[in-house]
Amino acid sequence: MTFKLTYKPFGECSILIEWPHEINENILEDVLNFKEKLQAVLIEQVIEVKHAYNSILVTYNNYIFNFNEYISELKNIYNSSVANQKLERFLWTIPVCYDAVFGLDLESLSQEKNIPTADVIKLHTEAIYTVYFIGFLPGFLYLGGLNEILNTPRKASPRLKIEQGAVAIGGNQTGVYPTESPGGWNIIGNTPISFFNPNLEKPCFAKAGDKIKFKSVSIDNYNDIKLLVEADVYQIESEVIDA
Amino acid sequence: MLKVIKGGFYTSVQDFGRFGCQEFGVPNSGVMDRLSAAFANSILGNDKASGVLEITMAGPTLEFTKRTLICISGANLNPKINDHPVKLNKALHIEAGDVLSFSTLQEGFRCYLAVLGGFNAEIVMNSQSMYSNITSRVILSKNDTLDYTEVLTDKIHSHASIKFPKNHFNSKYIEVFKGPEFDLLSDDQKKIISSFEFSISKNNNRMAYQLEEPIKNNLKPIITSLVLPGTVQLTPAGNLIILMRDCQTTGGYPRVLQLTEHAINILSQKYVGKKVQFKLI
Repeated sequence: MTFKLTYKPFGECSILIEWPHEINENILEDVLNFKEKLQAVLIEQVIEVKHAYNSILVTYNNYIFNFNEYISELKNIYNSSVANQKLERFLWTIPVCYDAVFGLDLESLSQEKNIPTADVIKLHTEAIYTVYFIGFLPGFLYLGGLNEILNTPRKASPRLKIEQGAVAIGGNQTGVYPTESPGGWNIIGNTPISFFNPNLEKPCFAKAGDKIKFKSVSIDNYNDIKLLVEADVYQIESEVIDA
Repeated sequence: MLKVIKGGFYTSVQDFGRFGCQEFGVPNSGVMDRLSAAFANSILGNDKASGVLEITMAGPTLEFTKRTLICISGANLNPKINDHPVKLNKALHIEAGDVLSFSTLQEGFRCYLAVLGGFNAEIVMNSQSMYSNITSRVILSKNDTLDYTEVLTDKIHSHASIKFPKNHFNSKYIEVFKGPEFDLLSDDQKKIISSFEFSISKNNNRMAYQLEEPIKNNLKPIITSLVLPGTVQLTPAGNLIILMRDCQTTGGYPRVLQLTEHAINILSQKYVGKKVQFKLI
């Protein structure tokens, strides 16, 4: 599928490419496909090619004096059939402890929705989430696929400190806080998995296009996994999926 | 070794930033004022992007344990070596045991200290720029140390002819391009944004500078998209936020303007209460 894209200059060195203003997996696939082509063709000229839900930002390593020339090159790349190697996609299973010790807002969320906490956990763990991109904080995955029933507005006043690994819901999104930070999302659990390690060759295990599934674990199990993670020996459950 | 006797208000190691890892949500970081940092490096004959100390508002006290040459550029915090005032933008000889200190802020906000050959600081993801959860330290505090290579010769490949630009600290004009959502602004909003003199609020740091005066606004948030250092966001409450070097990689507020690279340098030298006026180019 091809879309009608818009191209806009953004500062001296960058061009912003935009898809229709919606969030869906067809757009994500097209974004990722175009991004891989750009990275293959423009490797010498660009500092960075990055993407979000419905946009790509190409940052060149020089000032752009003739934007139109650059934009026509980008259009040609979009329409070309550059042989790009599709990256292998994974489904990652992330253990989460939904115990009240961690799930600070689980009880109030379940009351507000008028469904038992067990059902909130069930709805949260049975969905398969798509990784759209990583942003906000190093290692923060923007996930799509939250069950509409769990859509919960952000808290009126954000918490000053949210623990690393907090699993939370904000509006129609769910996510994991990769490091301790302030934040306004409703916290329903915590994962012992590390989502960001700058000292690894791959600082994040997941990438855009991968899928995530949460699995409920007991607090004892959580503690066991945490020890393995800290010792750098825990293998996250994963399987290869077809894109 | 450089020994930190006093950390100052906010002192960190910065080079020109971290690139190629934004796909992991990692900010660019790097010196706020590239012009001043490059100037200090150039005087010593270093690569202009070498790691320097970025010193903010109130300077640290530092003891050098090895011979070298240094250069201080950017804001004037009245630097002194062993209590004797020294000049900015000049290569200065340092002997083992010399102590560098600073006194009152006279001009600008951020000052840069370069040493000959650069610092041997920790490199994470191809950059020395300190940032929380990336590097092991975020700022330099009392008793921290930083290594550099001892220099025995007095010869440097200096660029004696270059002059620090006048007006780097005094101009209120901030040059901007239209941002991706500029055209969504009403004519009134466009007029205000390009003619009003805004003041810098107390919410200003390496991540962002918020402007004090809100403008009328009914623009809705956008689908989370990409931002850059220098992107000016307009919040639903009508506040203008100018993203700086440590900014997040993505954001959901309309991006109405984009500062030029040079305008980021100019703004970096301003602080709470200072006036700025956007100049659309």
